[in-house]
Amino acid sequence: MCLAIPGRLESVEPADPFPVGTADFGGVRKQVCLAFVPEAAVGDYVLVHVGFAIGVIDEQEALRTLTVLRAMGDVIETELAGGPS
Amino acid sequence: MKYLEEYRDPTLARRLLAELAAVATRPWHLMEVCGGQTHTLVRQGIDELLPAGIRMIHGPGCPVCVTPVGVIDRALELAARPGLVFTSFGDMLRVPGTSTSLLRIKASGGDVRVVYSPADAVRMAAAEPDRQVVFLAVGFETTAPANAAAVLLAESLGLANFSMLVSHVLVPPAITAILEDPECLIDGFLAAGHVCAVMGYTEYEPLAARYRVPLVVTGFEPLDLLEGILMAVRQLESGRHEVENQYARAVRRDGNKAAQDTIRRVFRVADKDWRGIGTIPDSGLVLAPEYERFDAWKRFPAGPRPPEPASECVAGQILTGLKVPTGCPAYGTRCTPRHPLGAPMVSSEGTCAAFHSAGRIAPPLMTSTEGPLS
Repeated sequence: MCLAIPGRLESVEPADPFPVGTADFGGVRKQVCLAFVPEAAVGDYVLVHVGFAIGVIDEQEALRTLTVLRAMGDVIETELAGGPS
Repeated sequence: MKYLEEYRDPTLARRLLAELAAVATRPWHLMEVCGGQTHTLVRQGIDELLPAGIRMIHGPGCPVCVTPVGVIDRALELAARPGLVFTSFGDMLRVPGTSTSLLRIKASGGDVRVVYSPADAVRMAAAEPDRQVVFLAVGFETTAPANAAAVLLAESLGLANFSMLVSHVLVPPAITAILEDPECLIDGFLAAGHVCAVMGYTEYEPLAARYRVPLVVTGFEPLDLLEGILMAVRQLESGRHEVENQYARAVRRDGNKAAQDTIRRVFRVADKDWRGIGTIPDSGLVLAPEYERFDAWKRFPAGPRPPEPASECVAGQILTGLKVPTGCPAYGTRCTPRHPLGAPMVSSEGTCAAFHSAGRIAPPLMTSTEGPLS
């Protein structure tokens, strides 16, 4: 139930009582309430749960996690291959 | 989709498993709190790929599973009222109450509607002003801001025909209750990433210090889960007990302030009954006094409650990790997703349903080393 999906924000419109936007989820577009992400701008990836954005994905952190995982993997591969330790 | 597929890379998953095997020197028990994480762990078979001794215990983080029978029965009673529109997230429809379920009431003519968002329920109330529309507001902290915003939306539209049957639960008091149990075997926790996207993780810091357990805020994709497990095991192996954040792309330490402000404006904290577990102090949310006019519990006077029948369901022990589904005699026989005896067999995030859909079978009662042909 706590599923939240990242979608790319394609438009932002002021609305009453909350701003709304359209987000693209891998080709599926849905209206999203932006009440909790006033900082979100077109092009940002917002994390959407039951029609409400609960956060903006931090692109730097997303890349950093993958970089760390890939680097750790390389070290292990080298070890498994009997390479320099 | 971006930010999902990259975190499903099987090559990196294998490397994470190799690293975990290199780091772990002794058995450790870790609990993933969130039912969404249970679903991924079991569906992908990650829990069975872990090095021997690293055991995942599946926690109570499935709102469908912990919603008390009394709430379900109240929902059923309202849903059966002529003229009333009853709205709910889809996964609540098959949850068994004392005698029936929302799905059966819908099948027999009740106006039960599945909504994707609580805002959809508010829009229905605006479109049908002569009918009462009730929304079954269940969930953890992830869902609380959306449900709170729906109340504010109804207020801004001046709706007198919208109300909520609230049964909201909070994660930190549940973790505390699990850690206080003398039978607790858990060495570390994977904290639920989306709950923390809303609330941040400062609430968990005193828990890590007091109970000397690592808590790693973890995402939902296979690589997230494996990295969260690795971070927790590294802490345990080096004698640390801290809050760490694996899911930094979505979670900041202070969480989402605007969402927290909305929760605090609309709800207040109260003691809460959890199905299968019992009452946990300060572990739930109810509507704040200023918004009580949207409270379905108060708007519709309650009829008498039927007594809860005895059940062989061991949901409480499943939800706190004391039993696994395959150890339950009813699992897969008298209790299946089509005919659930208890809530953990209903939602795909329930531990029993996750096990069942992954084809996990109960161990045979008697094992024989001789096959029929030997």
